[in-house]
Amino acid sequence: MVELVLFILFGLVALFGAVTMVWARNPVYSAMGLMLTMFSIAVFYVSNAAHFIAAVQVIIYAGAVMTLFLFVVMLIGVDNEESRKENIPLQRPAALAVIALFGVGVILAGRSAWVTGSRVSGLGEIDGSVERVGSELFNNWLLPFEVTALLLIVAATGAIALAFFRDDEETGT
Amino acid sequence: MTDLLVSAAILLPLSGALVMVFFGKQLGEPWAGYLGTLTVVAAFGGAAIAAADFFTGTGETVVVRWFDWFPAFGVAVELRWDPLSALMTLVVTGVGSLIHLYSIGYMHGDARFGRFFTYLNLFVASMLILVLANNFAVMFVGWELVGLCSYLLISFWFEKETAAAAGKKAFVVNRVGDVGFIVALMLVFSHFGTFSFDEVLEGAGGLAAGTATAIGLLLLVGAAGKSAQLPLYVWLPDAMEGPTPVSALIHAATMVTAGVYLVARAAPIFAASEVAGAVVAIVGAATALFAATIALAQRDIKRVLAYSTISQLGFMFMAVGAAAYVAGVFHLMTHAFFKALLFLGAGSVIHGMHGEQDMTRMGGLARKMPITFATMAIAWLTISGIPPLSGFWSKDEILGSVFERGGLWVVLFGVGLLTAAITAFYMTRMMWLTFFGTPRWADGVHPHESPRVMTFPLLALAALSVVGGLVNTPFRTSLEHFLDPAFELVALAHPPEGSLALTLAGASVLAALIGIALAAVRYRTFRTEEGRTWRIMGRGYYVDDVYAQVFARTGKLGAAWLAFRFDARVIDGAVEGTGGLVRRIGGWMRPLQTGFVRSYGLAIAAGSVAMLAWFLSRGGL
Amino acid sequence: MTVTPGWYMALAAALFVIGVGGILLRRNALVMFMSVELMLNAVNLTFVAAGRELNAIEGQISVLFVMVVAAAEVVVGLAIIVAVFRRRKTASVDELAGLKG
Repeated sequence: MVELVLFILFGLVALFGAVTMVWARNPVYSAMGLMLTMFSIAVFYVSNAAHFIAAVQVIIYAGAVMTLFLFVVMLIGVDNEESRKENIPLQRPAALAVIALFGVGVILAGRSAWVTGSRVSGLGEIDGSVERVGSELFNNWLLPFEVTALLLIVAATGAIALAFFRDDEETGT
Repeated sequence: MTDLLVSAAILLPLSGALVMVFFGKQLGEPWAGYLGTLTVVAAFGGAAIAAADFFTGTGETVVVRWFDWFPAFGVAVELRWDPLSALMTLVVTGVGSLIHLYSIGYMHGDARFGRFFTYLNLFVASMLILVLANNFAVMFVGWELVGLCSYLLISFWFEKETAAAAGKKAFVVNRVGDVGFIVALMLVFSHFGTFSFDEVLEGAGGLAAGTATAIGLLLLVGAAGKSAQLPLYVWLPDAMEGPTPVSALIHAATMVTAGVYLVARAAPIFAASEVAGAVVAIVGAATALFAATIALAQRDIKRVLAYSTISQLGFMFMAVGAAAYVAGVFHLMTHAFFKALLFLGAGSVIHGMHGEQDMTRMGGLARKMPITFATMAIAWLTISGIPPLSGFWSKDEILGSVFERGGLWVVLFGVGLLTAAITAFYMTRMMWLTFFGTPRWADGVHPHESPRVMTFPLLALAALSVVGGLVNTPFRTSLEHFLDPAFELVALAHPPEGSLALTLAGASVLAALIGIALAAVRYRTFRTEEGRTWRIMGRGYYVDDVYAQVFARTGKLGAAWLAFRFDARVIDGAVEGTGGLVRRIGGWMRPLQTGFVRSYGLAIAAGSVAMLAWFLSRGGL
Repeated sequence: MTVTPGWYMALAAALFVIGVGGILLRRNALVMFMSVELMLNAVNLTFVAAGRELNAIEGQISVLFVMVVAAAEVVVGLAIIVAVFRRRKTASVDELAGLKG
C-alpha cells in the first residue's frame, strides 16, 4: 500500500520533472526539472530494495552531475533562452510522430507475452545493501570495476585537455 | 672429380663476375682483366682435364646434380658432361680465354673496364650453363642469360645512340625466337612430362611425325633467333656496335652457335621428322647464300664479318639439318677459331686506325701491322676453304654430307658451293681493301701494330685455324669418334668416300679459288661499288626497312591506338565512369547529411521504432 | 493492488520517451545532454526493477556501471560543450552544422 502511494506520488513528480526539463526555455529550469526526476527515481530505487544504488543516485546524479550541469549553464549564460521556433523543416511533426509510434510500440511490447510472461513476481526478496552489492562487485565484477577507474581517468584527462584550448587558437566565428 | 671440375667450369667465371660486380671498379685496369681471364683459363683447364677420358675413348656421360628446382615437375638443376657438351665447353672457354686476354689490350683506357669483364665473365658462365644443361629448363636459363649478356655487351657503349638501339634490337628479335623455343618446351613437356634430355631424347623416336615436326620447327624458330638465321638475322649486323672482342666471342664464336648446338642436342627429335630437318637445312642454305651476297657490298669491316658469320652459321644449319651433326659441330668449332681470329684481327685494325671501321679509308695496312696481317691472311684462306686449313675440312664435310643425301639435297649442295665461292670473293675483297693498295687513311691516323696482349691471341687462334681441321679429316675421323657417344641415338649423315669425295673436294677448292681470283682481279686497284644492285645488297636488300615498315610501324600504330584511343576511351572511361557514378550517387545521398544533430537523432529514433516493430512482428502480439 | 515491476517499466518507458522528445525537439546542447541523462536513468530504473523481479543482484551492478559511464560521458560532453561555446559563442546544435553534406 505504501509502495502504491509512493509510486503514484513520485511517478507524477518524475513525469512532471521530465516534462519540465524538456519544456522549459531556460536551461536552469530544465536542470531543476531533471533533478526532481532523479530524486524520484532514487525513491523508486529504495522501494525496489536497491538502497545503495539509491544513495549513489542522490550523491552522484542529483549531487555531482547536476551541479556540473548548473556550472556549465552559468558558464555559457543563464539568460540564453531558446526560442520556440523550429528551424528544421518537418523536424517537429516527424519527431512527434516517431515518439508516438515509439510509445505505441512500447505499450504493445509491454502487453506481449515475451516481455511479461517470464515468471511470477518475487518482490522484496532481494538485498541491495552496501555489503551485498560490494561483495558482488569485488568478487564477480572486479575487472570491469577496475576498468571503470581507467575510464574515469581517461574522461578526466580528456576534459582537462578540452578545457586547455587557448583563445588564440580560435578559427571559427 | 669430374663433377667437381664441371661445376667449377661454371662457378669460376660466375664468381669472377660476382666479385667484379662489387669490386670491378676498385680492381680497375688491368686487374679486373687479369681476374676475368684467369677464371676462364682455369675453367678451360678444368674442362680439359675432365674431358681427358673422352679423348681416350673411355669416358662415360656424367650427370652432375646441383639441386632440385621444381620438384613438382621433376626438374632439377643438373649438368651433363658428355662429348658434345665437353667440346662446346672447351671451345667456349678456350676461345673465351684468348678473347679475354685480347680484351685487356683492346679495352685499354675504357672508363668501364671492370664492368666489361664483369659482363664477359657472366657471359662465359651463362654460355656454359647453356651447353652443360642436362634438361631443357636449365638450358633455357642459360639461353636467356646469354641473351641478356649479349644485350648488355652490344650496348656496352650506351652513350652511343646506335649502340643502345642495337642492343634493344638484338633483345627484341631474340625474344621473337624465344617464343618459339618456349612453345617448343611446352610441347615437349606435354608429350614427355619431363624436360630431361635423357628421357626426352630417348623417347623422341616414339613421337608422332606431326608432333616431332612441330617441336622441331618451333625449336628452329628459337635457334634461328639466337643464331641469326633467316628471317631473324637482322640483329646480328647491328650487334657490331658492341666492342670488337664481344663481336668475336659472342657474335661469332660462341653464343650465335647456340642454335646449332640446340639442334644438335635435340637431334633425335629432328631425326623423327624428315620435314623439320629439311626445313632446318633449307633455312640454313638460304641464309648462307643470302647473307653472303649482302657481305659482298659492305664497307664496314665488321659488318662484312657479321654477314659472313650469318652465312657460316647457315652452313652449320645446313649440316645439322642434313643430320650431319658431326660436320655441323666440326664447322662450329673451326668457325669459332677462324671467325674469332677475323674479328680480333679486325679489332686490331680498328684499334690501330683509331676506331676507323670503313674499309674505303684503309688500305696498305699490311706493312704497318705485319702480325695482324699475317694472322688475318691465314683466317682469310681458312674461311675461303683452302686446304689444308681447318675451314676446308669442315666445309667440305658439310657439302659432301649434303650431296650424299641425294635427291633435292643436291640443290642445297649447289647453293653451298656457290656460297663458298662468294665467301672467298668477299673475304678477298676485304683483305685487299684493308691491307693492300694505296693508303686512304683519314688525316691524323697513324696505324700501328697492336700490343702483345692482343697479338698473342691472334697468333694462338691462327695456329688453331691452321691445325684445327686435322681433328676430323676424311683420313682420320677423330672428332666423329669423340662425339659418337653423344649421337648414338641418331643415324649420322656421312660424306661420300673414294673418288666422289675427291671430286667434291676439288669442286669446293675450285669454287674458292675462282672467288679469290675474281676478287683479286677486281680489287687489284681500289674501287668502290657503284650501281643499283650493289646499293641494294649494301643495304641488305632493305630487309631492315621492310621490317621497320611492317612490324615496327604496325606495332607503333597499334600501341598508339591503345594509348590514345583504347586507354583514353575505354580504360579511362571505365575509371572515370566509376568515379562519376559514385559522385552522382553521393550527390543524391548528400541531402541526407544535413549537419543537424537532431536530424540524425530522429533517424536513430525512427530506426529504433522500426526495430521494435520488427521484434513485435517476430514475437507476436 | 500491488505495484509490480511492470509499473516501473511503464514509468521508465514514459520517461525514456520524454527524453527522446527532448533530444529531438530541443536545440540547446545542454538540455539535449540532460535528456540523455534522463534516458539513462529510465533504463537504470528498468534494470533495478527487473533485478528485483528476477531476484538478481546483477541488475543493480549494471546500474552502477551505467552510472560510471554516464559520469564519464557527462564530463567529456560538458567539456566539449564548453570548448565549442568558447569558439562559437553558442550552445545551439543547429548552428553547429559544419558537416553538412
